[in-house]
Amino acid sequence: MDRVPILKIGDILLVSIQIDMEDQVALQLQEDLADRVVTTGCHGVIIDISGLDIVDSFVGRTLATIASISRVLDAETVVVGMRPAVAITLVELGLSLPGIRTALNVELGMALLARAKADERAGDSEWDEIDDEDAETAADAQP
Amino acid sequence: MALEPDEASRLAALLEDKQEELVGAWTDRVAQSLRGRLSRAELQRQTTELRKGFQSALAGGATDLTQEAAAELRAQLSDLSTGRARQGFSATETAVSLFALKEALLGVLDGGDAGNLREYVAFSEFVDAAALFTFDTYVHVRESLIADQAEQLLELSTPVVKLWDGVVAVPLVGTLDSARAQVVMERLLQTLVDTGSPYAIIDITGVPAVDTQVAQHILKTVVAARLMGADCIISGIRPQIAQTIVALGIEFGDIATKASLADALRYALNKTRTRES
Repeated sequence: MDRVPILKIGDILLVSIQIDMEDQVALQLQEDLADRVVTTGCHGVIIDISGLDIVDSFVGRTLATIASISRVLDAETVVVGMRPAVAITLVELGLSLPGIRTALNVELGMALLARAKADERAGDSEWDEIDDEDAETAADAQP
Repeated sequence: MALEPDEASRLAALLEDKQEELVGAWTDRVAQSLRGRLSRAELQRQTTELRKGFQSALAGGATDLTQEAAAELRAQLSDLSTGRARQGFSATETAVSLFALKEALLGVLDGGDAGNLREYVAFSEFVDAAALFTFDTYVHVRESLIADQAEQLLELSTPVVKLWDGVVAVPLVGTLDSARAQVVMERLLQTLVDTGSPYAIIDITGVPAVDTQVAQHILKTVVAARLMGADCIISGIRPQIAQTIVALGIEFGDIATKASLADALRYALNKTRTRES
């Protein structure tokens, strides 16, 4: 059975699907990816599906599951490069893949993850910000 | 009353013998019916060609327009009809051009005995079939013209323009039916992929009315774009349309809607800026 390779680039795992996504392949990818996220400790997963002509409901659901699993393991998942025809088919089927982040290409996907990480850091330093805001309000209040 | 083979060959001989006279009379009549919209030289050329076509078909033993011997004549007729249809002549004018052959032939037939009459009626039927054939071709050509134009209109009416780096817009003009919605969707999504733009503005200023079906089409496009990783903004919602949307209970959910294209562009640019910083 074919396996989908998982590449590690910095803090991101890149999965580029270039083969037909059969159900077994999808399930194998789900397992492999969960393992890799844990062993590498990466915080971002990019799944490139620009090579896929067909995304059926099972693959769609698997992608959603992968996203959920990764989130549990503290990694954001972005699905990138969906073809127009695939998007149209999914919409016609009524599958809008809720809970999955998407981007047009790998580059924009990496930017999205970087931003998500930056937001998270900002969230960590929330207390500092609040202090800053308080200081500002105080400054504004003074004539 | 179809042509008999011997009649066909006699007529072929007649068409050959009296060709000068026949072509002259025929061209006169056609010129009269078209009232100078085609030059006489052009008509003369056409009638000469057609006479040759009829003559060779009859000489080849054709007693019916559908026969093998008349294949060349059929091709000629369809060329003639196609040309006339494209030049804007009516179907009647094209058919009358052929009916004129009957009158011209009557002029060159000598005497009036029973044999000649039978022959003439049979030939007349042959010409009628030819005229009907041009009629069919005419309709066919016009239909394909209309189909071509409809397709061109579809292409013309759905441009996808790049407004800014990373922002594309689709100004929708005219009624949005399923076929057009499909074309718009495909075009927009393809442009998103080609340009790598994360924002798309769908401007509906030119859409005269928004009903549930149109809204459905727009929503589908937005969801599809979102699946691909691009955000859509709907702009150009006129006051009446906003009222209709609310009255119909159409939910746009978390899709950004703006009153004008300018607002939508500002919104998209702001989003792009927050992305970059």
